[in-house]
Amino acid sequence: MYETIENLLANNDIFTLTTVLGYWDGLVMTVQLVFLSLILGLILAVPLAILRASDNVLVSRSVWLFTYVFRGTPLLIQLYIIYYGVTYIEGIQESMFWPIVREAFYPCLLAFVLNTAAYTTEIFRGAIVATPRGEIEAAKAYGMSDAKAMTRIILPSALRRALPAYSNEVIFMLHASSIASIVTIIDLTGAARDVYAKYYAPFEAFTFAALIYLCVTFLLVFGFKQWEKRWHRHLRPLS
Amino acid sequence: MLDLHGYGPSIFMGAIITIEVAFLSLAVALALGMLAAVARLSKNRIANFIAVAYTTIIRGVPDLVLMLLIFFGAQIGVNAVSDWVYDNFDIEYYININEFVAGVTTIGFIFGAYMAETFRGAFLAVDNGQIEAGKAYGMSAIQVFRRITVPQMMRHAIPGIGNNWLVLVKTTALVSVIGLADMVRLAKEAAGAVHEPFLFFIPVAFVYLALTSVSEIFLKRLEIRFSAGTVR
Repeated sequence: MYETIENLLANNDIFTLTTVLGYWDGLVMTVQLVFLSLILGLILAVPLAILRASDNVLVSRSVWLFTYVFRGTPLLIQLYIIYYGVTYIEGIQESMFWPIVREAFYPCLLAFVLNTAAYTTEIFRGAIVATPRGEIEAAKAYGMSDAKAMTRIILPSALRRALPAYSNEVIFMLHASSIASIVTIIDLTGAARDVYAKYYAPFEAFTFAALIYLCVTFLLVFGFKQWEKRWHRHLRPLS
Repeated sequence: MLDLHGYGPSIFMGAIITIEVAFLSLAVALALGMLAAVARLSKNRIANFIAVAYTTIIRGVPDLVLMLLIFFGAQIGVNAVSDWVYDNFDIEYYININEFVAGVTTIGFIFGAYMAETFRGAFLAVDNGQIEAGKAYGMSAIQVFRRITVPQMMRHAIPGIGNNWLVLVKTTALVSVIGLADMVRLAKEAAGAVHEPFLFFIPVAFVYLALTSVSEIFLKRLEIRFSAGTVR
C-alpha cells in the first residue's frame, strides 16, 4: 500500500510541487473572492431586504427591479458587462480608479457582490415577510419605534430563519466563482486550466480541482449544519 | 433603433442555439433525474449507491469545472480509443467531439442530479395509502408507478423542476466557454470587434431576462394545472 503510493508520487509528472502550489494559490484566490463577495453582498442585502419588504410600493418595486434583473440573467453576462464595459467608461483610464479597475479582480468582485446581493435580498425578504404578526404587535405594544422593532425583533428572528436558504446561496456562490477563471483570474479553476494547458491532461487537472471544490463544499455544508443546530435550538422538537 | 453593426442576425441565430441547448439538456436532465430518483428509492444497494454518488458529487462541483472536465476529457478519451483501434485493428478514424453535443450532455448530466433530488422529494411526498390502494386493486408495480405515483408526484415536483429550469437556462451561457457559437460567444466576438461591450451584452441580457420571465409565467400556469383537485 505505502509503496504503491510512493511509486505513484514518484512516477507522475503532473502533480509536482509547483503544480500543487499552483492549486493552493488558486484555492486561496477562490476563497478570497467568495468570502469578500459574500460579506459585501450581505452588507448590501440586509438594508435592501428591509426596503424590499416595505409597504411603500415605489421603494419595494425599485429594489425588486434590481433583484429581478440580476436573478434573471446569467452571472457570466453580468461579469462580461462589468469587466469589458468598465474600460469603456469615458475618462476612466485617466482617473484615479484605473489602477484598481484595470485588474480583473475588482470588476469580477463587483459582479459577484451585486449578484449575490440580489439573491440574498430575496431570501431575507422572504424571511422578514414571514415574521409572525403577533411578534410585531407585541413589539408595538411595548412602545418600540419601527426602527427598534426591526433591529430588536424582526431582523434577529428573520435572519435566523433565513439561514438554511442562505447556506445554499453560499454554496452556489462558491460554485459560481469558477467563472472568474474566464476573465483571466487564476482561481482554483484557473489553476486547473493552467495545468491542463501545460500537460494536456484534462482528466487529472480538472478532477483534482473538482475534488478540492467537493471538499470545500462538504466543509461548508457541515459548518452550516452545526451553525443551524445552534441557532435553531429553540425550534427543535422536544424529545 | 438598435444598430448592431450587422451582427444582429448572427446573434439571433446564437439565441436560437441557446434555446435549443436549453430544451435538449432539459430533456436529458429530466430523463436522468427520473432514473436516478428511482434508483435512489429502490431497495437495490448498488443502484442506490450509484445514485447517491452521482447526486452528491455532481452537486458538489462547479458546473464550469465539470463542463471543462467532460469536454476536454472526453476528447482525450475518444482519441485514446481511436488510437487503440488503430494499433489493434489497423483501422484509422477520428472523431471530433462536437461542442453542441458536449454542451447538451454536460448540462443535462449536471441538472439530472438536481432533478433527481427534486423527484426524490416529490416521490416521498406521495401518500403511502395511495400506493397501497393501487396494489390492493391488483395493479402491477409498473402500473402503480405510472397511474398512481407519477401523476401525484408531479404536483410536488413542478416547483422544483421550474427552479432547476430557470438555473439551467442561465447555465447555458457557459457553453460559450467550450467553443459553442451561442449568443454569448457571438456577442463577445462582436463586442471585441466593434469595441462596444454594452451594445451587445445588454441586448443578450434582455434575451435571457425574457426567457426567464416567459418561463416563470408558463410555470405558474403549469403549477395551477397540476394542482387541480387540491385545495389550498
